[in-house]
Amino acid sequence: MATRIHPILGAFAILVFFFLLAPLVIIVGSALSDTTFLTFPPQGLTLRWFANIFQMEAFRRTAITSLQVALLGTGLSLLIGIPAAYALNRYRVELPRWLSTLFVLPILVPEIVFGFALLKSITIGLGLPVFISLVVGHALLILPYSVRVVGASLASFDFSIEEAARSLGCPPLKTFMTVVLPNIRAGVIAAFILAFITSINDVSISVFLTGPGISTLPIQILAHMEQFFDPTIASVSVLLMLVTVGVMAIVEATLGLTFLTK
Amino acid sequence: MTVSLTIENLVAHYGTTQVLKDLSISVAAGELVSLLGSSGCGKTTTLRLVAGFLQPTSGRIRLGDRDLTTLPAHARDIGLVFQNYALFPHLTVLENVAFGLKQRGLAKPDRAKRAMAMLERVGLAPLADRLPAALSGGQKQRVALARALVIEPPLLMFDEPLSNLDAKLRIDMRVEIRQLQRANGTTSLYVTHDQEEAFSISDRVAIMNAGRILQLDTPEVLYQKPANAFVARFVGFENLIRMKVVERQAAIVTAEAAGGTRLHLSQDLFGPIKDDFILACRAEGLVVRREGEGIPAVLGTRTYLGRAYQYKCETAAGEITANGPLSDPLDAGVRAVLMPRPEQCCILDPEN
Repeated sequence: MATRIHPILGAFAILVFFFLLAPLVIIVGSALSDTTFLTFPPQGLTLRWFANIFQMEAFRRTAITSLQVALLGTGLSLLIGIPAAYALNRYRVELPRWLSTLFVLPILVPEIVFGFALLKSITIGLGLPVFISLVVGHALLILPYSVRVVGASLASFDFSIEEAARSLGCPPLKTFMTVVLPNIRAGVIAAFILAFITSINDVSISVFLTGPGISTLPIQILAHMEQFFDPTIASVSVLLMLVTVGVMAIVEATLGLTFLTK
Repeated sequence: MTVSLTIENLVAHYGTTQVLKDLSISVAAGELVSLLGSSGCGKTTTLRLVAGFLQPTSGRIRLGDRDLTTLPAHARDIGLVFQNYALFPHLTVLENVAFGLKQRGLAKPDRAKRAMAMLERVGLAPLADRLPAALSGGQKQRVALARALVIEPPLLMFDEPLSNLDAKLRIDMRVEIRQLQRANGTTSLYVTHDQEEAFSISDRVAIMNAGRILQLDTPEVLYQKPANAFVARFVGFENLIRMKVVERQAAIVTAEAAGGTRLHLSQDLFGPIKDDFILACRAEGLVVRREGEGIPAVLGTRTYLGRAYQYKCETAAGEITANGPLSDPLDAGVRAVLMPRPEQCCILDPEN
């Protein structure tokens, strides 16, 4: 028996999907337009704007920077986040409650404020080079994902198997590597992907931390758009979307998306 | 290699709460000793201190001539069996059993051979390639047992290993554990809250309460000659009657309970009786008769037990539970007398 849907509810759902998907359709359409300005619906179809991206050195360079920052930042955030999540779960009773809240602060603070604070503290205060600042800033921004997602898989981890390993002669650090890590693998991968996507799409932190000669792709897109209003912007956006969709497809194929939401 | 475990004056705290108060116990080489008590009595804390998962405030733990007290858990060489099995979920049954051998640096073919031999002993060789998730509770506990035994530890410890199994399996498993422990002659410490389990599996049992050992003895002695009121209640003496000696004539002592009830007790049967004592009787240790010598009682609720009728009786010395014969069911309100059977009662010192 088919489930009956109330007509108003159905109309509402269609409206929501329309508003979610329409911008994407417009961007894809604009990217294919054979005009020198952004327009929708496209007038004539061409892939030359995609080719144009690869010919523009600024896009190539910033895309590489973005990838480097995302990889290093995510790695750094996991390096801090996994032990933090472990400690927060293992010593839940002994540790104060506010400590776990501390690790989600970067999400709670408005990103623009967080970005400005990072500029004042690490770029100006500590005088770190631009690239290092970017990596550190992104690592801090995505730390909540690492701690929360890894923490979620640790919440169902039975710590007595850690004791079993130790009783069998396995030292603590080796126990963590050979017994704990393999059992929270899914959480670590999920955290990596969420953090990576957040980092590669970030504007509000990067806009403060990029500097002379070093920029990330989203910032380059903004800068480009201020000067040129051609479909290159749209085609870069389509590529970014494709990368994100590709990553999600890999997750779905290997682990299933459900574990991102649980 | 069998060695003894010696725990001396162990004191432990959780925060500011003292959970072990000067606990000493020694387990002889090859012996199985149980720590028995209700939850919160300190039995699991004791086990975790010996395992090295907790640090004592003071006291010493020795295994043979090795001092374990400050040794990290992984260097203690103790086989542990957990209540929730604690198998490694990402490893197969064989890899689980071989884990301890791997830590000891055995080559792969060697450890596979020894792990397999141990799996055969617990009857699980055909399941060697399964993951723990595909095993039943009883099978999981056998794997855990094999994993603890295969490293041939000088000390085996069990933390309520059978609590998660159903009743029939529990009995099978405890026989199996006992056989394996005897065959290897491994010194063992066994923690449980189940009296029957402790009594059936152990050479000696330590009854614990509030961080102390109240009595450490063979199951027979504990069952028949408890040292104090707590242990007596724990091993099923329903009735503890405070009495005072009022007259002594040779071996016969006349004692009086609250309310003036008098009993004549023979020191030849009960052993020496102090002036102030507690008469501990199980329900089946009291004869219920219509008349004669004994504690006068008014019978209350009657319960059918299968082997006897049990009565809740009102007496001048308080409520007493007694069993009467099946041949003569008595109704509530009937006046009767209760006479202790010396061989099923014992005399306790209220000071203990």
